[in-house]
Amino acid sequence: MTNKFLVVKNLAKRFPPTTKGAQPLTVFENLNFEIEKGEFVCIIGHSGCGKSTILNNLSGLDSPTEGMIMMEDVKVKGPSLDRGVIFQNHSLLPWLSVLKNITLAVKARWPEWNEKKVNDHANVYLAMVGLEGVENRKPHELSGGMRQRVGIARAFAIQPKLLLMDEPFGALDALTRGNIQDELVNICSQVNQTVFMITHDVDEAILLADRILLMTNGPFAQIAESLTVNLPKPKDRETIIHDPQYYKIRNHIIDFLVKRSKELSQANLQKKANGKASKAEIQGLVAETTILTTTESIKVNYN
Amino acid sequence: MDSIKYKAAFLSVTFFLFAFLLGEIFTSTAKKESKELTEYEMLMGESEPKASIPSPSQVFAHAWQELKDPFYDAGPNDKGIGIQVLYSLGRVLFGYFLAIIVAVPLGFLIGMSPLMQKALDPYIQILKPISPLAWMPLALFIIKDSAWSAIFVIFICSIWPILINTAFGVARVKKDWLNVSKTLELSNLQTAFKIILPAAAPTIFTGLRISIGISWLVIVAAEMLVGGTGVGYYVWNEWNNLDLASVIFSVLIIGLVGMMLDYLIGSIGKRFQYAD
Repeated sequence: MTNKFLVVKNLAKRFPPTTKGAQPLTVFENLNFEIEKGEFVCIIGHSGCGKSTILNNLSGLDSPTEGMIMMEDVKVKGPSLDRGVIFQNHSLLPWLSVLKNITLAVKARWPEWNEKKVNDHANVYLAMVGLEGVENRKPHELSGGMRQRVGIARAFAIQPKLLLMDEPFGALDALTRGNIQDELVNICSQVNQTVFMITHDVDEAILLADRILLMTNGPFAQIAESLTVNLPKPKDRETIIHDPQYYKIRNHIIDFLVKRSKELSQANLQKKANGKASKAEIQGLVAETTILTTTESIKVNYN
Repeated sequence: MDSIKYKAAFLSVTFFLFAFLLGEIFTSTAKKESKELTEYEMLMGESEPKASIPSPSQVFAHAWQELKDPFYDAGPNDKGIGIQVLYSLGRVLFGYFLAIIVAVPLGFLIGMSPLMQKALDPYIQILKPISPLAWMPLALFIIKDSAWSAIFVIFICSIWPILINTAFGVARVKKDWLNVSKTLELSNLQTAFKIILPAAAPTIFTGLRISIGISWLVIVAAEMLVGGTGVGYYVWNEWNNLDLASVIFSVLIIGLVGMMLDYLIGSIGKRFQYAD
């Protein structure tokens, strides 16, 4: 038993081979990490390293091949209202108004609430993302940024213990993205929200995250580093970029993404190829390559 | 946009007048001038007025007479067009709603379960192309009632488009929306009614609209077979009477009612449309 909020242990996802006799495709394996209550964790890695699969496993929409996920000492078995998800493409129901999209979630969370309480609650969260006055519109009558805001409001409205975000701002233009990021920083610090977020945007990760997980390339992707972003809080996009640490962290991540993520995964594959002879050997090699990925992973601090 | 609307309306009226005029000319030249009849010809019934295609003006004059009192009932062989249309509509709607009650839940099942889809597909593929009237003898024998047999024929012809469209719509509900439903821990019943049904509604309504059109096509033929009442019977009865003005008039009425049915289902369906 542990007092950590979320514990991921030896997580692996393998897909059965598409042709007979082939090896199963391992997307990622030996994933170990923890998330503390109130922590904002971003995960960065190249396409195909299984970030979205990890998120789906955390949400319970998908289940891992090996390993397990514990949230508050309870094994994650399926989707739950305790884990809110903000999907990449807003995923609002197009036949419902903005308000109805949120009340659907609120009613699911608190079925005993009456209509007024549900509506009031939903309106609070709409106001929080700056969407007063559009509650009766349909999603297609909103801009991309507004839609994503509704998605955020819906996720926060059910007050999940863990919020999962899959590249929530990927489809937005840079200006809109900046605005919503700022709002997200505010909201998360207000409610001390625990967040796990996938992103491709290094600056976004540094701005939002307390900790950034760096993944090697797939297949056999692993978490190579857990990078603590210890910039003074609250982080502000205007001042943060003048902090000398900012560029140290940024360069470290970019160096990782451009160079080391590939080198590490190639080295890993090489070892795997050589070690095919015996299973024990493979496990030994895996253990070796995952020194960095145990729960006591190195913390790269820039002080 | 308005200007194109007016232009189209103007053209429609022009086409109508043109067709009307052409009809008048065509039917008037077809009339033979009367000449004195020989005794033989009189014996052969040539003095009786010959049936000919009525001119458009005659048809309209007749239509006016019929429409002035559409609900008169002068015995089994002489009922107003309104009564006949109501009989046909009753049968169509009855069979149609029976088809909805069966096809929508069944379509849900097929759409949700790839197993059921595969298992039932051969039956649907075989049953679908059967002309609904081919069922008539079997229906008459089993049901032993001509009115109910007509309703059965409507039921069997409207079931397929609803079934296939429902299954298609349900199977194609976006995975994202189902994921939303899962993360909100909605029950299966809630997912069906709050997510899948509204998501598939536009596709289901496409099926409903096709079905009402087919039903109205089929009822005319079915009523010609079973007889007694209805617009199909009316057309055939007027043909037997050699009253071609009534035939043309009822054909136009059938078209008009069919158009209204389509419009009705279409406008209900519009309320369930959504832009994604």
